[in-house]
Amino acid sequence: MSKWVINENLCKGCGICISRCPLKILAFADHLTAKGVHPAAITDEAKCTSCAICARSCPDVAIEIFKEEK
Amino acid sequence: MKQVFSRPQSLSKKPFHYCPGCDHGVVHRLIAEVIDELEIKDRTIGVAPVGCSVFAYDYFDVDFNQAPHGRAPAVATGIKRVRPESIVFTYQGDGDLAAIGTAEIIHSANRGENITVVFINNAIYGMTGGQMAPTTLIGMKTQTSPYGRDASTAGNPIRMSEMIATLESPVYVTRVTVNNPANLMKTKKALYNAFKLQKEGKGFSFVEVVSICPTNWGKKPADSHKWLTENMLPVFKLGTFKDIHGVEKS
Repeated sequence: MSKWVINENLCKGCGICISRCPLKILAFADHLTAKGVHPAAITDEAKCTSCAICARSCPDVAIEIFKEEK
Repeated sequence: MKQVFSRPQSLSKKPFHYCPGCDHGVVHRLIAEVIDELEIKDRTIGVAPVGCSVFAYDYFDVDFNQAPHGRAPAVATGIKRVRPESIVFTYQGDGDLAAIGTAEIIHSANRGENITVVFINNAIYGMTGGQMAPTTLIGMKTQTSPYGRDASTAGNPIRMSEMIATLESPVYVTRVTVNNPANLMKTKKALYNAFKLQKEGKGFSFVEVVSICPTNWGKKPADSHKWLTENMLPVFKLGTFKDIHGVEKS
């Protein structure tokens, strides 16, 4: 299961999550969504620490974050 | 896997109509999170303004009303007085609150109505296409100030928080922003304090959120937050102007 889940129907491609990710592991995807935007996508999920800064910064609440339980 | 971040319950499933990057969505979510945390969803009534956030009633899963332009604090006063057990908040922009609604906000604050006002200040009229607002910065170009705002004809930007803090009755007046993750969390704390004070029946609380308008400023969302930090924050200084019950220290 993925740590970083985006609802591409909500993403408007504003790029705020990409600019704020402390590990710089977010980028625009190559494909277009129904809205006609390149949605945000995660490039290296293994590095993700589930800090949720991207999700908290998202103006459209498009991102859900999961964390591995120890 | 444990879910660490999800959509708050008090936010409806409807996608926001706001422009890409607009801070309205973030502030909506923070308010919804605060409503969830204080467990007041069943008795919260919001009042939507006129402006971009006029459709706020679609986005919150709580009872809502929509007031004529600028009159949200007056409508909220009526709701709170006939349903004193409810938690009433207004959500207004700077064109709504600082221009046409100046009388309503000042007198609601002065009466100390037990309501919460969330004021989104992005220094421009958003919905109508980017005209000069009372909060527009000196020299800032808008549709109706194409050479930049000139203080000799259009006056200086109004600082609503400072003005309201001079009144006796309000219990909590603060200015926050969502330009970075740290300030975003401070905004949530301020909204929590404001709603908590109302829940405890303490009186009028006012939270000003300095925000962006990427579309009408003609900037990318990330550049807008930079512009806000460099240009708006020196004029609209962050801080708490009034905190009678000391909620920020407790």
